[in-house]
Amino acid sequence: MIVIDSITKSFGSQKVLHGVSATIERGEVVCLIGPSGSGKSTVLRCINGLESYDGGTISIDGVKVDNSARSIREIRRSVSMVFQRFNLFPHRTVLENVIEGPIYVNHVKRDVALGRGRELLDRVGLAAKHDAYPTELSGGQQQRVAIARALAMEPKAILFDEPTSALDPELVGEVLGVMKSLAQEGLTMIVVTHEMGFARAVSDRTLFLEKGMIVAQGTSREILSNPTNERMQDFLRRVSHE
Amino acid sequence: MFDGFFSDALRFLPILLQGVWMTIAITLCALAFASLLGLVWAFLRVSGVPILAGGSKTITNLIRGVPIIVILFYLYFVMPEMGVQLSAFQAGFIGLGLAYSAYMAEVFRSGIEAVDAGQLEAANSLGMSRTLMMRRVVLPQAFKIALPPYSNNMILLLKDSSQTSIITVVELSMQGKLIAASSFQSATVFTLVALMYLCLSLPLMGLASLLERKYKRGTR
Ligand SMILES: Nc1ncnc2c1ncn2[C@@H]1O[C@H](COP(=O)(O)OP(=O)(O)OP(=O)(O)O)[C@@H](O)[C@H]1O
Ligand SMILES: [Mg+2]
Repeated sequence: MIVIDSITKSFGSQKVLHGVSATIERGEVVCLIGPSGSGKSTVLRCINGLESYDGGTISIDGVKVDNSARSIREIRRSVSMVFQRFNLFPHRTVLENVIEGPIYVNHVKRDVALGRGRELLDRVGLAAKHDAYPTELSGGQQQRVAIARALAMEPKAILFDEPTSALDPELVGEVLGVMKSLAQEGLTMIVVTHEMGFARAVSDRTLFLEKGMIVAQGTSREILSNPTNERMQDFLRRVSHE
Repeated sequence: MFDGFFSDALRFLPILLQGVWMTIAITLCALAFASLLGLVWAFLRVSGVPILAGGSKTITNLIRGVPIIVILFYLYFVMPEMGVQLSAFQAGFIGLGLAYSAYMAEVFRSGIEAVDAGQLEAANSLGMSRTLMMRRVVLPQAFKIALPPYSNNMILLLKDSSQTSIITVVELSMQGKLIAASSFQSATVFTLVALMYLCLSLPLMGLASLLERKYKRGTR
């Protein structure tokens, strides 16, 4: 369970998070939506300690995310992240990308990690690409490798930061498909996305962030179909016109 | 002037080759020293510890501000006064290596800093420690970025190895000067010397441009 309790965050004099609170239960899929610059990425990055926060607390299964180097590394091991721009390691093959964390961070035996890495690649539909380098893959394939890399850490949750925004439209579906199947298998996920169809169909709850505050939230089906918040209505209208 | 060039050339070749070996030896030793020391400067520079970074920057700037010849003089003539006796060869490769460590540091540092920030985020989000991230993610990529400028510095170093002749290292240029003085065949001798330097540096240039092209294609 991830508990975010009124966190605040400033970059210099610019305050970007004004007391964000949310609780994400185990197995829940939560979408975080909102306009550009509203602080969505910052919230995600605070959860796995890529960014520090100024006030409030975040805890994961009761363990507080604080700024000491050791505990941050523990948190990062238990909460994986998938990035907009994939960030695969270009000097390593697809399979090597996937087993990197398990072997060098989690100290899993190499043959065990390899076996599990192959399974995961099969699962994201890349059985034939183990030995390819990331640059030889399409964006959609790269993002699926990144998802396999995140899964390989056997995390408590995976944070997705606009995982399909850098993809050509025809490649979005294959990535969302993988994410949907993970959701159905009960993985805890927090997803920043502009794919409202995905949010509505796959996620349990949706949080609407604006100017560093959660101004609306609810079960995805309800809130995305009948938003009561005016800003959210505006936002959804704009997104659907894109 | 070039009468009998080939017969003279054959006569001088064996002696000049001794110079070639000395040039290769001093270049390799200096290169190893410059690379190791340059890595140290670069690591200090990106350590994130202000005093180490500042210290490294100051030292490398000082080194770059002093001519190689002066560094060589210092090692060969001043160090003995402080009780450190160095052979000409030792003073030569240490001085040359020291001078080039500053340039190598710059090459390594810019390589490290050129690695995409997203790579650091990915490594961090896997829970890697700073050292592990350096070893597994940053350095392998920085190495490839640094290779072309590194091999360019190798060529410069090779040519600058001739400066050690000033402290009596009998490398290729010095050997040439000695033979020219005793045989009065300056044209033949120095043409040969120039050709030999070219034979040493052209392959390095080929390597450099090969690496450059390979890197531009931007894979692996
Ligand atoms: N490292 C940083 N330094 C300074 N300002 C930052 C930094 N990261 C983010 N910001 C600022 O914080 C605010 C929130 O940024 P954030 O990236 O969290 O927004 P976002 O909701 O993810 O936007 P987008 O949809 O464009 O990705 C923005 O105004 C941004 O300019
Ligand atoms: Mg963002």
